[in-house]
Amino acid sequence: MADTTTRAKVRWGLLDLAVVVFALTPVLWIMSLSFKTPATLTDGKFIPREWTLENYRTIFATDQFVRALVNSIGIALIATSIAVVLGAMAAYAISRLDFPGKRMLIGVSLLIAMFPQVSLVSPLFEIERQLGLFDTWPGLILPYITFALPLAIYTLSAFFKQIPWDLEKAAKMDGATQGQAFRRVIAPLAAPGLFTTAILVFIFCWNDFLFAISLTSTERSRTVPVALSFFTGASQFEDPTGAICAAAVVITVPIILFVLFFQRRIVSGLTSGAVKG
Amino acid sequence: MADIVLDKVSKKFPDGTIAVRDVDLEIADGEFVILVGPSGCGKSTTLNMIAGLEDISSGELRIGGERVNDKAPRDRDIAMVFQSYALYPNMTVRENMAFPLRLAKLDKETITRKVEEAAKVLELTPLLDRKPANLSGGQRQRVAMGRAIVRQPKAFLMDEPLSNLDAKLRVQMRTVVSRLQKQLATTTVYVTHDQTEAMTLGDRVVIMRGGAIQQVGPPQELYDHPNNLFVAGFIGSPSMNFLTATVDEGRLRTALGDVPIGDRIRRELEGADAPRDLILGIRPEHFEDAELIDEETRRRGAEFTAPVDIVESMGSDKYVYLSVEGERATSAELEELAADAGAADFSGAGSNLVTRLSAESTVTEGEDRRVWFNLEKIHLFDPSDGRNLTLHEGRAAGALAD
Ligand SMILES: Nc1ncnc2c1ncn2[C@@H]1O[C@H](COP(=O)(O)OP(=O)(O)O)[C@@H](O)[C@H]1O
Ligand SMILES: [Mg+2]
Repeated sequence: MADTTTRAKVRWGLLDLAVVVFALTPVLWIMSLSFKTPATLTDGKFIPREWTLENYRTIFATDQFVRALVNSIGIALIATSIAVVLGAMAAYAISRLDFPGKRMLIGVSLLIAMFPQVSLVSPLFEIERQLGLFDTWPGLILPYITFALPLAIYTLSAFFKQIPWDLEKAAKMDGATQGQAFRRVIAPLAAPGLFTTAILVFIFCWNDFLFAISLTSTERSRTVPVALSFFTGASQFEDPTGAICAAAVVITVPIILFVLFFQRRIVSGLTSGAVKG
Repeated sequence: MADIVLDKVSKKFPDGTIAVRDVDLEIADGEFVILVGPSGCGKSTTLNMIAGLEDISSGELRIGGERVNDKAPRDRDIAMVFQSYALYPNMTVRENMAFPLRLAKLDKETITRKVEEAAKVLELTPLLDRKPANLSGGQRQRVAMGRAIVRQPKAFLMDEPLSNLDAKLRVQMRTVVSRLQKQLATTTVYVTHDQTEAMTLGDRVVIMRGGAIQQVGPPQELYDHPNNLFVAGFIGSPSMNFLTATVDEGRLRTALGDVPIGDRIRRELEGADAPRDLILGIRPEHFEDAELIDEETRRRGAEFTAPVDIVESMGSDKYVYLSVEGERATSAELEELAADAGAADFSGAGSNLVTRLSAESTVTEGEDRRVWFNLEKIHLFDPSDGRNLTLHEGRAAGALAD
């Protein structure tokens, strides 16, 4: 018995390791590059022969990158909060109520999710220039919300559907108003769904390149993925690879923090025990 | 505490389903009333209308003399126990029970005191700091009850609160519910589809079918004097036996032989539109082994001989299944009851008679046995509308009454 469990553990361990190595190799490679000096950059060694923090110093020395980082964080956070709040309300209505036009609402949001974004870029560019939104934060936040909402509505309505209706009825019988029932009973139970959705939407906004490059022109609202493509290194003649890698490592950090922060709240099986069967 | 009055209450859902029609019911202060009926008969809908979770389509609902049709559940001051328990999984047992009190903005000490009192009554004290996920079914059920009693509402509503428990626990909880209700003397409306629960728990039982009330009364009265075929078949376990009976020359021809009828029934059957074919109903305990009865009793009944199928000895008495010739009684009510019991497949010619005989009977499987039945306890029903013809001023008097 003990023997088989040890063997099973070893087998699973090896399998897990293989998956992790496969997934992490590109990331680790970029990390390794970010610590190399320009001279050893192309030596093909995984462990840098000479360690340096020069690349990191370079990117933070330029205003260009720091500005972009601030833009990225601000835009992604604002778009995420708005999309999650709106999405939660829409998803709650969809999963709880039967209202006229419900099917159409679902259909249209599905349509938006499937619409190729690239075909919207030129019209959006024109519209935003006319409205004066071009190269501003709202100019990016608005399209992000549009494309994140269907995603948010889908994920969230799946979560809301899992929450037993009876809980809301019970809260009402216990003397809660509709608002109190939602805030004190439903929302805490939907929290894992809210956090999951927040992570997905945040990553979508954070990673976007297409809208960011088409709808911005200056540092005023340029986000990190775009700023990276304009990177030149410390001087014009220097190869920016090391700096780009350092920047790439830096921008994955907020994502990791964001996920770690919310992951602790995503306790699976939170609704278990509410109802029998 | 308060009385609850339903005055011609109906419910029509947006899709056109009429789930409850013209229900009239007066529930006295402190009374324990059971709503019972097969699934889909509108029990939950009725309860939800009393709770305020469903709108009332027409009619009036009064609690404590006040019309509450348009009041939100929170303004009606009634508590509800759900079939699913509906405990808040993110809160501990203590927080679950304190929730209604916190919403009512009571101060901390009062809340703690009330929660602890309720926990003591329901033996939940050691569990107060657990989450619902770490409780057994019976414990969850008790927490749900605790959350209802803690704020001393005007009335309790319970929707099949025991149906998720296993059989043994259900019997145990039945006594808990019963004792609690007596102790608190709070008006209670209890929904169940289990006739045993209905018979054992309530002061009065309301039998519903297809959204309408069939009969209201104390359990024993429903058992002894059923208004119609549906009530007769629904109440009682094992249920009443039904046989076809044809009126012929002042007697009833049945599979149990000819049955004489008294003057009253004869008068009932004289009208031009009176039914020729009836359904005869008789409960299992109104049969007896013909060898075991004295002359005095024998005169009040009739006898027949039938082959014995199965004998189940319960120790205190014997359930004996007899096969009898003749057609099985059919009517809309009986089919509905059979469908609800999941027993639509009593196939085969003739019918099976369930009888309860004394334990002293020497009846054995396979033999032909002479069996006596009590004519005073017979019910006769009109198959077209299910009406009990033997009922006179609410009393069933058997086939022989004059
Ligand atoms: N929201 C609804 N919309 C339409 N019909 C409903 C709805 N809820 C219940 N019904 C119908 O109303 C009838 C009574 O339901 P219910 O009160 O739940 O029955 P019970 O509790 O006695 O099993 C059923 O026929 C059911 O299908
Ligand atoms: Mg029901």
